Amino acid sequence: MCGIVGLFLKDRKLEGELGALTAEMLVTMTDRGPDSAGIAVYGAAIPGFVKVTVQSDMPARAFAALDALARTAAGDAATVTIKDSHAVITIAADRIEPLRVALTGAPEPLRIMSVGETMEIYKETGLPKDVVSRFGIGTMAGTHAIGHTRMATESAVTTLGAHPFSTGADQCLVHNGSLSNHNNLRRELRRLGIAFETENDSEVAAAHLTARMRDGRNLGEALTDALGNLDGFFTFVVGTRTGFGVLRDPIACKPAVMAETSRYVAFGSEYRALSGLPGIETARIWEPEPAAVYFWDRDGSTGDKMLAA
Amino acid sequence: MTYHNPPTPPRKSATFDDAALAEIRRAAATGIYDIRGGGTKRKVPHFDDLLFLGASMSRYPLEGYRERCDTAVTLGTRFAKKPIELKIPVTIAGMSFGALSGPAKEALGRGATLAGTSTTTGDGGMTNEERGHSELLVYQYLPSRYGMNPTDLRRADAIEVVVGQGAKPGGGGMLLGQKISDRVAEMRTLPKGIDQRSACRHPDWTGPDDLEIKILELREITDWEKPIYIKVGGARPYYDTALAVKAGADVVVLDGMQGGTAASQDVFIEHVGQPTLACIRPAVQALQDLGMHRKVQLVVSGGIRSGADVAKALALGADAVSVGTAALVAIGDNDPRWESEYNALGTTAGAYDDWHEGKDPAGITTQDPALAARLDPIAASRRLANYLKVITLEAQTIARACGHNHLHNLEPEDLVALTIEAAAMARVPLAGTDWIPGHKGL
Amino acid sequence: MPAFDLSTTSIRALNEALHGTGEPLKDRRFEVRNPRGSHAVAVGCRDQITVAVHGPVGYYCGGMNAAATITVHGSAGPGVGENMMSGSIVVEGDASQYAGATGRGGLLVIKGNAASRCGISMKGIDIVVGGSVGHMSAFMGQSGHLVVLGDAGDALGDSLYEAQLFVRGKVKSLGADCIEKEMRGKHHATLEQLLSKAGMRGADPSQFRRYGSARKLYTFNIDNADAY
Repeated sequence: MCGIVGLFLKDRKLEGELGALTAEMLVTMTDRGPDSAGIAVYGAAIPGFVKVTVQSDMPARAFAALDALARTAAGDAATVTIKDSHAVITIAADRIEPLRVALTGAPEPLRIMSVGETMEIYKETGLPKDVVSRFGIGTMAGTHAIGHTRMATESAVTTLGAHPFSTGADQCLVHNGSLSNHNNLRRELRRLGIAFETENDSEVAAAHLTARMRDGRNLGEALTDALGNLDGFFTFVVGTRTGFGVLRDPIACKPAVMAETSRYVAFGSEYRALSGLPGIETARIWEPEPAAVYFWDRDGSTGDKMLAA
Repeated sequence: MTYHNPPTPPRKSATFDDAALAEIRRAAATGIYDIRGGGTKRKVPHFDDLLFLGASMSRYPLEGYRERCDTAVTLGTRFAKKPIELKIPVTIAGMSFGALSGPAKEALGRGATLAGTSTTTGDGGMTNEERGHSELLVYQYLPSRYGMNPTDLRRADAIEVVVGQGAKPGGGGMLLGQKISDRVAEMRTLPKGIDQRSACRHPDWTGPDDLEIKILELREITDWEKPIYIKVGGARPYYDTALAVKAGADVVVLDGMQGGTAASQDVFIEHVGQPTLACIRPAVQALQDLGMHRKVQLVVSGGIRSGADVAKALALGADAVSVGTAALVAIGDNDPRWESEYNALGTTAGAYDDWHEGKDPAGITTQDPALAARLDPIAASRRLANYLKVITLEAQTIARACGHNHLHNLEPEDLVALTIEAAAMARVPLAGTDWIPGHKGL
Repeated sequence: MPAFDLSTTSIRALNEALHGTGEPLKDRRFEVRNPRGSHAVAVGCRDQITVAVHGPVGYYCGGMNAAATITVHGSAGPGVGENMMSGSIVVEGDASQYAGATGRGGLLVIKGNAASRCGISMKGIDIVVGGSVGHMSAFMGQSGHLVVLGDAGDALGDSLYEAQLFVRGKVKSLGADCIEKEMRGKHHATLEQLLSKAGMRGADPSQFRRYGSARKLYTFNIDNADAY
């Protein structure tokens, strides 16, 4: 039960403001989710490099030797940027596995939040305004971002229970609603070798997409499959390196508003979240249809592209 | 020599017992599920399996009749400008006009007022009779919104947003047409005599994040005066209580599976939800985890009969209890004086549960004017007040014996359990041991 | 005319003034600016006042309205005019889910589109939508009228009681127990009156089709189990 925001920019001139715009959207959704907040920001890619975002509950200790660990595992080109409880390690794309091994063996526990060419995920417990300021989201630039404020229903209020959930390289998902078959699905996905870190229903939704995409389905197809396999109430906003998707369950009684102008596509659980966006007064505003998949991709033709309905 | 098989006596199946067989035949013959009133009839672990320890040497009892043991409770202290002050921690649960006759609603209002407590409307709106005769009236806000209007919202002393009830957590329902009389039909804006279907979710919000906004609206309409209760059925009491608090409730009303209903499917009443005994501790745990125990009050209902039940519910952490079935019995429901009429309906006093059919000989669960006239609301209200005062006195007796000067000072440590089941559910030790099954170190 | 700027004034101050609870109501016309999607704007009004809201509102604008005339110069969030008793609410833009839910009287006009569940559980309210309505509109509608100048989404009028539905455009699908019914003279007259009250000029009643309850679910029958 939560607030979701998402912003997908079409106009490159807005990229410098991505963090500021989405931070405001996120804070506006505090009432819907005061327990924790998180955001995935898709920034600039460095050719040949990937970003690994890690998190620690004791960053002072855990990050002290992170630089050395990264260089040992991934070579001298590795860099580390620390932001509060999170750190972004940038390494050559072919050094992912040695780094993963090194992180797993680190003396202080570290959690990998995301891996990707452009995506960084920041999430923590606490009020959205605090989460946003701890990570300096307001100054970040990028192409698209997806954020979430959480009112925990059945699973614990923890960092890992916060959204977004990463579903694979440069992929993430946020969820509002409540799934009713996530326990059975989790058991099924575990048998397929997918690891879970929380009892959260949304992590199961994310893993379901991962499993489908691993089988060669694209994101739009995986979302369409989700309609058949997930039971309960859900609104998902998902991100890929170049794309931005929205899916609503067939009952569609949780709130969802979308806005589109020539400069962006935006999603909010409520209109309030969209009210600070430039040109919102003249945007096309609508509510996503039940059981329909919406998907926009920077690599595709400009403008929106609906894969399924 | 010929061998004779010794005769074997006929043996019935324990699985397909007479009741199961009768139900299969009933379903096959009628083509409708069994609908009835009342609560769970099967035996479930209940307060009977708990005992108070009382005081002796290590603790000192209070003198009955002389040393005070307070019973007052205030509900709605979190946000409301006008909290509800009750003299006794026993309130009357929501029961609709429609399900109950006008005189029955009047009797409940008068009786609650005499005893210094509140009564509650139900799924059918507020009647002038009950508002007029109830000093403190809680107005239920239900998915159907029958009869809902802002004037009555402002005339109420508190608003109870009903998310679920113990008899059928997660369920809407169907009220058969016999009781949709002219007046009931008008109050509910329905055609007379139809089988009324009711929704299980509210029409304009779903989930706690939306509920928070709905509560804001109700507070704004009523200028932040009224306490807002949220009523949930005993399903997932820890989460439901925590989310009600997060959504902004002043009071959480938690109805266990023994809670009654006017008309629900028997399969729902008997097979969905948790016993009241199992619901209280998780709900209290949620309040404690949020630092809200006693700040957001917890009202427990479902199978409360006696002062012992009241004391036990309070000892487990409730602030007050609600009675529905017991209140109906106090005003005359299932009374043996109508035995011959119950027999004519194919049942017996104590077992009559076809409340939806509207033929109640006691004139309580009916809209038939002749039957309803049998209930004298004044006399019935006196009986209800007597009953409420007696069970409060009983609870005080127990609290004094445990050395408490207020019912709210009863605590789980005053209790032991007679059975392993009750020990596990109430999270108190099995009598004679320090063992709380399933709760290491709690 | 008192004006409330919600970027600097609280919802509480606004509603208190509209209710005349703080001090008695002196003015009859109010303006609200910068609502920016705020919830519970102008709820529980009970006097013959006029409220003009400039900008988009959030949940439950005009909730339980009695007697007031409220105009939203913008879009409305979920549950606009929920449980309205009388008076009127006009939304110049679009409305979200549950517009006019459980409304018992008065007139709700949405000049743009209304999302899903428009008129859910309606109990006497008249709703006129200039654009289209989403799925499950008039679900369990008990009484009143829903007029849609555009199209209707899936499951229109599901489990309908006695609410009457008029749709000019296409209906994606009818819900359980909802059927098309003949437009007779009195229906033309009712529709004409509703369109005129709502200021929907240029819509000809003869372009509309009428939908209502088949009343097959009024009495339980196990052979209708698919519809339950």
